[in-house]
Amino acid sequence: MPEQFFFAMEVILNGFMAGVLYALVALGFVLIYKASGIFNYAQGVMALFAAASLVGIMDGQVPFSHLINAIFGTSVHHFGWHVPAILAILLTMGIMVLLAWAVNRFVFKHLVNQEPIILFMATIGLAYFLEGASDLMWGAEIKKLDVGLPQGLNETIDNVTFNLFGYGFFIDNLDIVATFVAVALVVILTVYSQYSKQGRALRAVADDHQAALSVGISLNFIWVLVWSIAGFVALVAGIMWGAKSGVQFSLSLMALKALPVLMLGGFTSIPGAIVGGLIIGMGEKLFEFTLGGMMGGATENWFAYVLALVFLVFRPQGLFGEKIIERV
Amino acid sequence: MNQMSTEGYVTPDGRKIGGVMMEMRNITLRFGGVKAITDISFDIREGEIRAIIGPNGAGKSSMLNVISGFYVPQEGEVWFRGAQRPPMKPYQVAQQGIARTFQNIALFEGMSVLDNVMTGRLTHMKTGMLAQAIWKGKAEREEVENREVVEKIIDFLEIQAIRKTPVARLPYGLKKRVELARALAAEPSLLLLDEPMAGMNVEEKEDMSRFILDVNDEFGTTIALIEHDMGVVMDLSDRVVVMDYGKKIGDGTPSEVRNNQAVIDAYLGVAHD
Repeated sequence: MPEQFFFAMEVILNGFMAGVLYALVALGFVLIYKASGIFNYAQGVMALFAAASLVGIMDGQVPFSHLINAIFGTSVHHFGWHVPAILAILLTMGIMVLLAWAVNRFVFKHLVNQEPIILFMATIGLAYFLEGASDLMWGAEIKKLDVGLPQGLNETIDNVTFNLFGYGFFIDNLDIVATFVAVALVVILTVYSQYSKQGRALRAVADDHQAALSVGISLNFIWVLVWSIAGFVALVAGIMWGAKSGVQFSLSLMALKALPVLMLGGFTSIPGAIVGGLIIGMGEKLFEFTLGGMMGGATENWFAYVLALVFLVFRPQGLFGEKIIERV
Repeated sequence: MNQMSTEGYVTPDGRKIGGVMMEMRNITLRFGGVKAITDISFDIREGEIRAIIGPNGAGKSSMLNVISGFYVPQEGEVWFRGAQRPPMKPYQVAQQGIARTFQNIALFEGMSVLDNVMTGRLTHMKTGMLAQAIWKGKAEREEVENREVVEKIIDFLEIQAIRKTPVARLPYGLKKRVELARALAAEPSLLLLDEPMAGMNVEEKEDMSRFILDVNDEFGTTIALIEHDMGVVMDLSDRVVVMDYGKKIGDGTPSEVRNNQAVIDAYLGVAHD
């Protein structure tokens, strides 16, 4: 029996770690949604794009090499150098800021005051465009991302728990790193939005556009800033997921897992994204562990969505969302 | 009007009004085929309280929106401090030292009163993003200085008791006052008030009138305000522009305007031919 108990504990812990990764993606959604009311369907693809760019830069890949070779009949693929991880991450961040600027300049600036559904459709378009751009720039094959994060079984935990309980916990080093990164990210974002000039402007824009304009805030600047921050979060998520399961198309699909997380946590709450991510991560692992066998397995595919559905019925604004009250 | 020199004038209660701060020249504003403002010119002088009055739909708010950059007129020129102002975004106008309130209150409902008023200081915060992240000391000092200004204004408008209250929970009259506080926090040279007393009871109106006079007196702020309560306007303002159907039908001191036949007709509802 204790064996079973420890096994359950381990499942929950692993669920916790998976939840952290869901939360990372959900965070990107919340940031943009809060500031501009746009539900950014492209958040997942942004993570894919960021991860692909990072790998491409690190490996010294020539961007658009297939296109260049096809047009000019050349055969260039690599610059022949390797960029250190830190520098490559900074360069990728530069690309994400550029992307943020371009998205606002060429798409959302022209859609000011449009219905939310139109903005949402625009982000779907953006998602497919980015996916194509990613393939065109860096190639579509599955890439290995190695920025030097520790990976694999954490032996210390395994040994310590084995000596203590007679049962060794299997915890992935990468998951531990991801947890710390997520916590740091949330702390930084919270402090930034509460205490900095731009953070205050950001919250102001999220609250009331007209009032924000009247106190001298440039909406364009704030939107580029928000998309840049979302790009940064996407980069972090892309690194974590990419290191875990390789940089490939399925990376962009994790955005779909962020949806139930948001329904649980509320679309407008940063802590909500974290707690929602953790509940879904732990919930789906535990559910699979306890009842999965009876239900034919693979419950992880649908558990999150059913849980979100239940939440929609009983608490549509999510755990931390702003209560929806209309004055009549 | 003719006896006023370009150097300004002295009000009946002995306040000195300076030269022209802002001048609207032949402003015309259209929405599609509808003319909201037709060929209106007037000026606002340093230190004065200037009112724009008129019946509903006269184009008063549109005028205020032109001054604050929310609307760009199709024709005419806006002159500010002796220079013609190029078409500007509202946030750029705000950065020039022109603050405003809104007819339907535009506050940050999710924030506390203090945070709302602090946003009024944004145009005065210089420390950049990187400096804030790296060099905390400078940003902190700036924050402290801005807090001092804000606390002074909160005291001035007697809203100390609700400093930490989320704005969404406040009654209407207090929200109006918080909005005024936020505009004042910018230490504007020109303050635009869009119906500061709309929807208030008599007592609240008296409070607001007193605050407007005190602001002008204490900080020397030039104020342009819109009202349609004639009584209030006549007591408050130094000069009045009267609008009706998008046109200017009167301009002068309250007593001049009161005796203007076109103004009387507009307010008493004489049929337009």
